[in-house]
Amino acid sequence: MSLLSGPPTVVAAGVDVFSAALRAQGADVHDVDWRPPGFGDPADLAALALDRRRAAANRTAVERVMAAGSRLVDVRPAREVLGLPDRTLLHSGPPLTWEMASGPMRGALIGACLFEGWATTVAEAEGLLASGGIALDPCHHHRAVGPMAGVTSPSMWMWCLEDPVSGGQAFCNLNEGLGKVLRYGAYSDEVLDRLRWMRDVLGPVLAAAVRAMADPLDVKGVLAQMLQMGDEGHNRNRAGSLMTLRELSPAVVEVDAPSSDIAAALRFIGGNEHFFLNLGMPTAKLAMDAARDVPGSTMVTVMSRNGTEFGIRTAGTGDRWFTGPADTPVGLFLGDYGPDDANPDIGDSAIMETYGVGGFTMAAAPAIVRFVGGTVPDALATTERMYQLTLAENPAMQVPILGFRGSPTGIDVLAVARTGWLPQINTGMAGRVAGTGQVGAGLVQPPRECFEQALAALAAEARTA
Amino acid sequence: MSASPPPTGLRHVSLRSGVYADSVRLMQVSRDVGARDGVTAVLVAMATPLNLELAAGMGLSPGDGTSPDRLLVAIAAVDDDALAAAVAAVDAALAARERAAGPAQAVPLRTVGAGLDALPTDGPALAIVSVPGRYAVAEAADAIAAGRSVLVFSDGVPVEHEVALKRAAHDAGVLVMGPDCGTAIVSGLALGFANVVRRGPVGLVAASGTGAQQVSCLLDTAGVGVSHVLGVGGRDLSEAVGGLGTLDALAALDADPATERVLLVSKPPAPSVAEEVRAASEGLSVPVRSAALSPGSPDLTAAVEALLADMGVAVPSWPSRSTTRPAAQGAVLKGLYAGGTLADEAMLLAAPVLGDVRSNTPLRPELGSVVDPSAPDLSASGHVVIDFGDDALTVGRAHPMIDPTLRLEALARVAASGEPAVVLMDVVLGHGAGPDPAATLAPALQAAGLPAVVALIGTEADPQGWSRQADALAAAGAAVFASNAAATRHALDLLGAAR
Repeated sequence: MSLLSGPPTVVAAGVDVFSAALRAQGADVHDVDWRPPGFGDPADLAALALDRRRAAANRTAVERVMAAGSRLVDVRPAREVLGLPDRTLLHSGPPLTWEMASGPMRGALIGACLFEGWATTVAEAEGLLASGGIALDPCHHHRAVGPMAGVTSPSMWMWCLEDPVSGGQAFCNLNEGLGKVLRYGAYSDEVLDRLRWMRDVLGPVLAAAVRAMADPLDVKGVLAQMLQMGDEGHNRNRAGSLMTLRELSPAVVEVDAPSSDIAAALRFIGGNEHFFLNLGMPTAKLAMDAARDVPGSTMVTVMSRNGTEFGIRTAGTGDRWFTGPADTPVGLFLGDYGPDDANPDIGDSAIMETYGVGGFTMAAAPAIVRFVGGTVPDALATTERMYQLTLAENPAMQVPILGFRGSPTGIDVLAVARTGWLPQINTGMAGRVAGTGQVGAGLVQPPRECFEQALAALAAEARTA
Repeated sequence: MSASPPPTGLRHVSLRSGVYADSVRLMQVSRDVGARDGVTAVLVAMATPLNLELAAGMGLSPGDGTSPDRLLVAIAAVDDDALAAAVAAVDAALAARERAAGPAQAVPLRTVGAGLDALPTDGPALAIVSVPGRYAVAEAADAIAAGRSVLVFSDGVPVEHEVALKRAAHDAGVLVMGPDCGTAIVSGLALGFANVVRRGPVGLVAASGTGAQQVSCLLDTAGVGVSHVLGVGGRDLSEAVGGLGTLDALAALDADPATERVLLVSKPPAPSVAEEVRAASEGLSVPVRSAALSPGSPDLTAAVEALLADMGVAVPSWPSRSTTRPAAQGAVLKGLYAGGTLADEAMLLAAPVLGDVRSNTPLRPELGSVVDPSAPDLSASGHVVIDFGDDALTVGRAHPMIDPTLRLEALARVAASGEPAVVLMDVVLGHGAGPDPAATLAPALQAAGLPAVVALIGTEADPQGWSRQADALAAAGAAVFASNAAATRHALDLLGAAR
């Protein structure tokens, strides 16, 4: 037994009565700054700590996340990709009704109805949505993700990504750019005109280009590279967007379309520093979907918000959502918008943190930490803290300033409860009032309730297993 | 646009070339300057179409000459001074250098798992868990999952947690020492309450902390050292736990090249468990001797003497200072113990001589009925032995080996009661114990004026020094013995002489 092979290094948790005595003997003692768990019934914490399936299940879940790849294989309209019935709209976050929808979510749903021609006026769209004339369904129920409101309608084009390892698929709509855009709840003519152009010009050009590429774009590879170029993959996608432009450009140029359309498409991609986000998100989704349904695993597979509620899912609890009221981000505002203008947290983009990048790799993108008036050491500390919430380090996603340490990957519900620390998410902020658009960007955390419910459910499942 | 009214008053709108800052930095400047008194609106941003639209919405359009690579500074303020100050603040903010990134602030490690994860070593490592009992299981499980052994000092750990942890540890090839394990020595490193004893060939498996201390100190006095002292927790040999820790500790010592003999120190095990441990012991290559305290079995000192005989080592005369006051006629035994096993041993030796001995940890349940464990009241007449280290008496206070207050109060009450008595006490030295127990006990014994016998458990090498403590206690009139059994017999002799 290795314990008896020499004087041991000691890690001590609890009262430090004996640490001084150990040090007086010349022992190498490391005190843990232990605190009572942040939440959770002690019996539930014990049931999970002792669940004999847990270690292997979490290992399996982590291995699947790590192994998953991501190839861009197609661009197709949502109607074809998802087999969406007519008059169905996808949205971000856990399930939602029109009654509970926030301003920006309503704005985006209204805009989508106008865009699809299901209504010709805002009032008509509101009436249609309020009467239940439009079916609403979470993106996550369709292997899809969408940033902010995440509203995806049948005529919108979607990135189609495939995991070559598991054969899994994931989908995401195309990024519209910043400012007044549908995903932030804006639905003015400018917004709808852009969506029509994306439908009629950008989508077909991208589809033709992607299908013509000899080697499908390795999106996971782009994500790995951008972390080494100052991006964190959620609020900062500059390098990733430029690399995507570089990779797509030759194929785009060769598409049989008017050169003005080609130029417009390239200008649009080059002018949108978040263009990559809608490729990064389904890449993370592919990885997290690979870890679905691993009984005994306490790993979080989805974190997502619909502007009203925050919802999570875990590998060990199947398709159940654990929800709580979404918090409002703290950060910086565009123009003279202020905190009162911000809507509560919204979007499927927290899939990036679920995958271990975004807020979790804050240390890779020091610029982002200024969103909360922080410093570079703050960014390093945030990432260091996330290592204690997660099950593994992803060697594919490295943080240069931490000595190329892998990103903290696989949020462990049990670790969240024990540390009392919540995952750190970087996010955009939508205006509270429908039609406003983006008002800022900042940082947010999930409500504790989500993790409390998940912990209780995982413990209940462990007891019956 | 947001709800704020269009800015009124004075305006500054300028476009600057050759200035670039990250949009986040500019948002931060806008926010900081906008928070100044007298400033009604600020937009400091690159003059992109989006930002120009925002500026227009604020009534601060720059007019011609815009370009995305020019910096727009647009400010509205209520008067000249506020405006000038705001412009100056923008200039200062843009010119300011952020302080260089220092090292990351230290992020506290919150769990044993995180602590072990952060260790730079692949060498032997051990976790010590002393968090409240109901939370100990997660910390201990972290260690097992990391392939590390763990000493659980916490008490109040549910027995089902203990069983589950020990099963998991067995599967992982590591040891769980405890729960409620206060004493261990691993490769010479004393963990918790343990004495400074020489290294040597004897491995101890201890379901009793003070029992292990007594045994290891006597061996040291005889010139025999220990390889390791592995505590397994007081419940390990119960039916419920089934000796899981003992069996694994025996196997570990059997595999350890430094261990040539094993002594198993415990209170009486459950019969089925005793049989299993005996059978397992016979299968080992090292000889195992058991020192299990029970009526009629050898006391700990006798067990040590038997082990020394096995090894062909001469039994020394155990150190003592044997002069004390004579007992008054009709005196009774008042045992004030810090160590549970030592209290048990005293009662086992005293009962055949004195008859029933009442206790908060009695030999038979009915003998505990007169002693309220939550209020240790020695005013109950007759022979009484109290274990002040019992869990019920240590809630919310330090162990009596660290904090002597309760015992000293009890001593004073015995003296004040007027009942003729012989006081029998243990004083445990070593790591974790008080720095100079005699300093408080000697005056208290002097003041009590009663015949007193002290079992002084320790070695010369202990920080407190056996002889130094013994001399101080002897000077206060107490008889002092390195062997608890010898101390108890001396107290019984004093009582017998007084009959």
